Amino acid sequence: MNTPKDLRYTKDHEWVRLEGDVAVIGITDYAQGELGDIVFVEVETEGEELDAEEVFGTVEAVKTVSDLFMPVAGEVIEVNEAIADDPALVNSDPYGEGWMIKIKLTDAGSVAELLDAEAYEALIA
Amino acid sequence: MATAEGVMQRTPLYDEHVKNGAKMVPFAGFEMPVQYTGVKDEHICVREAVGMFDVSHMGEFVVTGPGSIDFLQKVTSNDVSKLVDGKVQYSCLPNGKGGIVDDLLVYRIAEEKFLLVVNASNMEKDWNWLNENNSFDCTLENKSDDWALLAVQGPKTSEALQSLTSVTLAEMKYYTFEVGEFAGVQGVMISATGYTGAGGFELYVRNSDAPAVWNAVMEAGKDHGIKPCGLAARDTLRLEMGFCLYGNDIDDTTSPIEAGLGWITKFTKEFIDGDLLKKQKEDGPSRKLVGFELVDRGIPRQGYDIVDGNGNKIGYVTSGTMSPSTNKAIGMGYVSTEHAKTDNSVYIAIRNKQIEAKIVRPPFYKA
Repeated sequence: MNTPKDLRYTKDHEWVRLEGDVAVIGITDYAQGELGDIVFVEVETEGEELDAEEVFGTVEAVKTVSDLFMPVAGEVIEVNEAIADDPALVNSDPYGEGWMIKIKLTDAGSVAELLDAEAYEALIA
Repeated sequence: MATAEGVMQRTPLYDEHVKNGAKMVPFAGFEMPVQYTGVKDEHICVREAVGMFDVSHMGEFVVTGPGSIDFLQKVTSNDVSKLVDGKVQYSCLPNGKGGIVDDLLVYRIAEEKFLLVVNASNMEKDWNWLNENNSFDCTLENKSDDWALLAVQGPKTSEALQSLTSVTLAEMKYYTFEVGEFAGVQGVMISATGYTGAGGFELYVRNSDAPAVWNAVMEAGKDHGIKPCGLAARDTLRLEMGFCLYGNDIDDTTSPIEAGLGWITKFTKEFIDGDLLKKQKEDGPSRKLVGFELVDRGIPRQGYDIVDGNGNKIGYVTSGTMSPSTNKAIGMGYVSTEHAKTDNSVYIAIRNKQIEAKIVRPPFYKA
């Protein structure tokens, strides 16, 4: 199980990478493994301002469908177009090419309150 | 047979699954492998080569005695008198209220000896139902805890397994079986059946022999690209063929006529719900189980509503997935009969959207 140290995590298995006042969001290696082969990622909240824990999209695996939750509040400013064409990127590279959205943070300090890698690893252990 | 709640049974192949890196999940009271390398990979392996499934959780009942045929004629929908020794029949157990207790395979072992193979999730219900209706003095034995079942499926199965047995596999006809030596084990029931539409065999072996047979098949299949496969691939494979899954597409509230199982419902004999189902067939059912493909993006799932162009509910989805073979979103569901015509457009309510789907006649994939 891969859990990069420089990211923050949620109990819903999303990860967050801070890039200035923008946060990149995806699902964890553990989450993609549990979902299995991902066949469709639907995000239709581009341009919307969402609260923490609001649903920003859904991820469809062969077997199951799962909601995607905002780890922190912010405005969805970009959606990864590459995973629309090739959703398997979420399986093969969940922290890289398989990222899902970029958000403009409502509160720049909010990310620091999320789980760190160690706490997330303890959660999924 | 019944287990205390929360106590999971393991099949005799549990250790092989763990050794092969399977992800284990609870299913019908058993810890079963849901996938090994991944559902798509395993699915394609079965379509193109050969894969092996542990389906030892399935239930096996043996019916013996002079009243066996009369008993089975009464409780099953298909015509058991058409069976000869060595032949298998797909059938269902009508529930006395127009629904289905379970679907099953009926094997004729001898004139007065039959094997019934039932779904694990229904085993206790089936056992009780069969015993309640056994007014023919048949002996019913539940052998489920003694037997393991390995499904070896895919176009290369015969080639892959031939070195393990003197039974000429390629010559066996679909829905027949033979009992013979297999991988050095005596008395293996080799059945030319399966739930994938990819061809292959199902092997009934005693629990104690199951690990040895599993490993012999893995070894023999190595050069043919064999992979162990989980329940997830079993589900996508059956759905591509439009095969019904009990608990999804058929249950105690759906009739075999509605489910398109008229072909295993024979009115040439008397059976439970025979009159009711005959009338339903003559009058035409008010709803039908159909297959559909999504026109726009989305994945249908069990329980989603099916609506017409005006958003009125006309039915519900019973099974759905992204077909690994065709990469199309496919599903099955009940719709009112006036909407059930092939090529008709219906809409699947997926979250806040209505996605167009076209009624198609399964199978969704043709080899």
